[in-house]
Amino acid sequence: MSETKKTNIILFSGDYDKAMAAYIIANGAAAYDHEVTIFHTFWGLNALRKDGHVAVKKNFIEKMFGRMMPRGADKMGLSKMNYAGFGPKMIKDVMKKHNAMPLPDLINMAQEQEVNLVACTMTMDLLGLQKEELLDNIEYAGVAAYLGEAEDGNVNLFI
Amino acid sequence: MNSTKVLDAKGMACPMPIVKTKKAMKELETGDILEIHATDKGAKGDLKAWAKSGGHELLKSDEDNDILKFWIQKG
Repeated sequence: MSETKKTNIILFSGDYDKAMAAYIIANGAAAYDHEVTIFHTFWGLNALRKDGHVAVKKNFIEKMFGRMMPRGADKMGLSKMNYAGFGPKMIKDVMKKHNAMPLPDLINMAQEQEVNLVACTMTMDLLGLQKEELLDNIEYAGVAAYLGEAEDGNVNLFI
Repeated sequence: MNSTKVLDAKGMACPMPIVKTKKAMKELETGDILEIHATDKGAKGDLKAWAKSGGHELLKSDEDNDILKFWIQKG
């Protein structure tokens, strides 16, 4: 086999369906023995949020952001046909019928397969998210870290 | 065919058949044959591409009552 290939995904979106696509590709690429990294920025950071409330010090706007954004992958809405939260419920039922893995399971599987999950620190500041609110065992970085990986990446996606 | 190991991936949806195949293949030696049973229609294209990229050989594939069967030799 040739040297290890790299897959880099930027997860910008905070929609359940788009995050699902990103994590399915990441898990597939890991099965291809690629070194896989998902950079989470802006709304994509919400995929890394813990589902419970975490007590951290925030200002008023940060608190508002925290309350309005989905707390964790399972609470994300759909990019189409969200219908005020009814859409995700329907699609999760359909997924169960087809044995498709729910997003939180895909994230666990990615961590098991040693996919690097990276949170963009600049956008964490903008959205008022703190390390304590995000999953354990993830990395923190900025644009240079992404570019360092991307310039010798074989697969680069922006989702 | 003499399969070294049989992987039951029936009922699993994308990307699980490939993830499980990779895990099972890791435990085998070069030349060993992994037999995979799947029901995901995408498995046909997926396993073919995966085997090629990893330097393995898809020896044979078969369909038996909606169950897709594959034999991959580790390269």
